[in-house]
Amino acid sequence: MTAVITIGLLALVAGIALSYAYRSLPAQATGLVEQVNDLLPQTQCAQCGYPGCRPYAAAIVDENAPINLCPPGGDETVRNLAALLGKDAIPLAEPAAGPPGVAVVDEARCIGCGHCRDACPVDAIVGAHHLMYSVISQECTGCELCVAPCPVDCISMQDST
Amino acid sequence: MSAPTYDLGKLHGGLRLQGHKTESTAMPIQQVPVPKMLAMPLTQHVGNPAQPVVAMGESVAKGQLIAASEGSLGAPVHASSSGTIVAIEPWPVSRRLGANAPCIVIECDGEDRAHPLPDLLPDFRELEPAELLRKILEGGIVGLGGAVFPTAQKLMQAATCDLRFLILNGVECEPYISCDDMLMRTYAREVLGGAQILMHALDLDLCYIGVESDKPQAIQRLGEEMAELADERIILKQVPTIYPSGGEDQLVQLVTNLEVPTGGLPSDVGCLVQNVGTATAIYDWIVGGQPLVSRITTVTGDGVSKPMNVLARIGTPIADIIKFAGGYTKQARQLIVGGPMTGKSVTTDRVPLVKATNCILVLAEAPSVGAEMPCIRCGNCADVCPVQLLPQQLFWYACADNEKQLRLHGLTDCIECGCCDLVCPSHIPLTADFRTAKARIQELADEKARAERARSRFEARNERLEKEHQERADELTRQKESAKQGGPEMIAEILKRKQQEKDDG
Repeated sequence: MTAVITIGLLALVAGIALSYAYRSLPAQATGLVEQVNDLLPQTQCAQCGYPGCRPYAAAIVDENAPINLCPPGGDETVRNLAALLGKDAIPLAEPAAGPPGVAVVDEARCIGCGHCRDACPVDAIVGAHHLMYSVISQECTGCELCVAPCPVDCISMQDST
Repeated sequence: MSAPTYDLGKLHGGLRLQGHKTESTAMPIQQVPVPKMLAMPLTQHVGNPAQPVVAMGESVAKGQLIAASEGSLGAPVHASSSGTIVAIEPWPVSRRLGANAPCIVIECDGEDRAHPLPDLLPDFRELEPAELLRKILEGGIVGLGGAVFPTAQKLMQAATCDLRFLILNGVECEPYISCDDMLMRTYAREVLGGAQILMHALDLDLCYIGVESDKPQAIQRLGEEMAELADERIILKQVPTIYPSGGEDQLVQLVTNLEVPTGGLPSDVGCLVQNVGTATAIYDWIVGGQPLVSRITTVTGDGVSKPMNVLARIGTPIADIIKFAGGYTKQARQLIVGGPMTGKSVTTDRVPLVKATNCILVLAEAPSVGAEMPCIRCGNCADVCPVQLLPQQLFWYACADNEKQLRLHGLTDCIECGCCDLVCPSHIPLTADFRTAKARIQELADEKARAERARSRFEARNERLEKEHQERADELTRQKESAKQGGPEMIAEILKRKQQEKDDG
C-alpha cells in the first residue's frame, strides 16, 4: 500500500512539474528562426537566393531550405547549423570565397546615379545625387551587391585589412 | 623612519625566481646623452594612436607637443630633445603584433633646447581635482609599469568609483628589472610627491606603497623621506619576493586582502594602483612642468658589458643605449625589450625606447627549452597560477579551439605571467598558446559585434523601405480619393495638366 501511495505521489509531483515547465518555459520551436539567424554571418549578400540572412533563416526553418547555401559562412556555419537543427553537415553548394573584402567607389569616376546605394543591404553607401557616392567601409559587409548595378563600373572589392 | 608593515593578504601560487638584479644596481642611474636621431612612435599607449601636429622640416624643442591625443582613450607625445622633424613614417618598434609602426623621426641638433615651460601652477592643492586630472592628461603620462594605459583616463574612470585606497606599485617582481628600485632609491621624494598629487586628485586619504622585500635600500630611502614629510596618509608595505606579486590585481590582494572580481578592475574593490614611476612622472609634470619625455630603464643581461640603469629620452634607439652601456659582449645572442617573463624578443636594435620600455635585456644564450611533449596533466601549472586558473584545462580547450569552454574557464583573466610555462615538465609554451587563444576570442567577439551591427542595419533598412512603401501607397490612395471627390471635371483638369507637363518636358 505504501509503495502505491509513494509512486502515486511521485507521479503527481512529476506531472505538475512537467505541466508547469511546459507552460512557462519557452518552447524550442519559437525563436528557432532567431537562433538560426544568429549562426549566419549577417553579410546580407543574398548569395543563398534569399534577400538577406533573416529571410534565409526563415526559409531554413519554415520551408526546409538546404543549410549549405551560405558561402560567406563557409563549412563552419554549415556545421553549426547542422548541430542546431539535427541535420547532416553537407558540403557547401558553392565553394566558399576568401575572406570578405570591402567595396570601394572610385570617386573620380562616380557619376552619382545612386544605384549602388539602393542595392546596399545595410545602408553603408552615402552620397549626393548626381555628384558622388561613397562606401562607409566600417559598415560594409563585403556582399558585393553594389558592384553589378554600377553603370560605370567604378566599384571594386578590395582587401579589408 | 616608519617601519614597513607586514599585515598582508595571501597570494595564490607564484614562483620564487632568481633575481639577477644586483648586476644592474651597482651604479647610480646614468644619463644617456642626446642621440643623433629620435624615433617617437605615435602609439606608445593603449588606445588610439596620437595625431601628429608637426610637419616635415619643422624645428621642435624638448618638451614640445608633437602628436596630440585622439579620441576618448589616448595620450599625447612630446619631443624628447630639440631638432628637426625629418620623417613621419613606419619604423621598426617592439610590440606584439607587426614589426613597424608610424613614428615621428627627429634629427637632433644636440642643443637639447627646452620648449618654454608652461606657466607653473601655484600649488596643486589649490586646484580642483577635475582640473588636476585634465592637466595630467596633457602631460602624455601613461602607466610606466609596462601596461602603458593612459594615466589620466585611468584616474578619470577610477574617480567615478567608490575609491578607498591608492596603491603605489614598487614591487617590480620580474627578474633582471631594477629601474623602479633605482627610481625609489634616487627619487624617493618625488615618488611621495606624486602620491600626494594622486591622493588630492582622487580625494583619497590613504596610500599604500608596496615594495618587494628584496629592495632594502629603496625601503630605507622611502622610509627616511616619509619621516621627513610626516604625511600620515602614506603607509609603506613590504611584500614578499614572489613573482608575480607586482601584477596589479595580485598587489591589491597582497596589500588589502581584497580580491579583484573576474573581468573587473581594482577600482571595483575601491583601489587604484599606479606604478611608482608613473607617480614620479606626474610629480615632474605637475610640479616641474616637464612632460613625459624620458624614463629610467634597466640595461642588463650577460650580453651587455656594463649592466646599469639609465635615464634615457623616449625615442632613443636601443642600439645607442646599449652602446652607452659598454656595448654587447661576445656572448650576446638574444635581445629582449621588457623582462625575461613578459618581454618581447626583437630582431633589430633600431627599435626606439618607448614609454613602456622598463628593461632592455640582452641574453647570452636563449634559455634552452626542451622539445614540447604531450601534457601529462600533472597539475603543476594550476599550483603556480596566481589567478587560480587551470592552465592544463585551458590548454586542452585552446587546442580544440573551444571558445565557450575557454571563456568558462576564465582565459580572459590570464595575466600572461609565464609561471605555468616555467614549471611545465613537458615544456609546453602555455602562455604563448593562451595569448593566441585570447587573440582568437577577441577576433570572434569583434566578428560577432560586426555581424550584430550589420544585422541591425539590415533590419533598420527593411523597416525604412517598408515605411516608405506604405507612405507611397497611402499618398496614392489619398490622391485617388480626392480626385474622385472632385468629380469628372477635376480628373479632366489633372489629365490636362499632365499632358501640358509632358509637352513642356
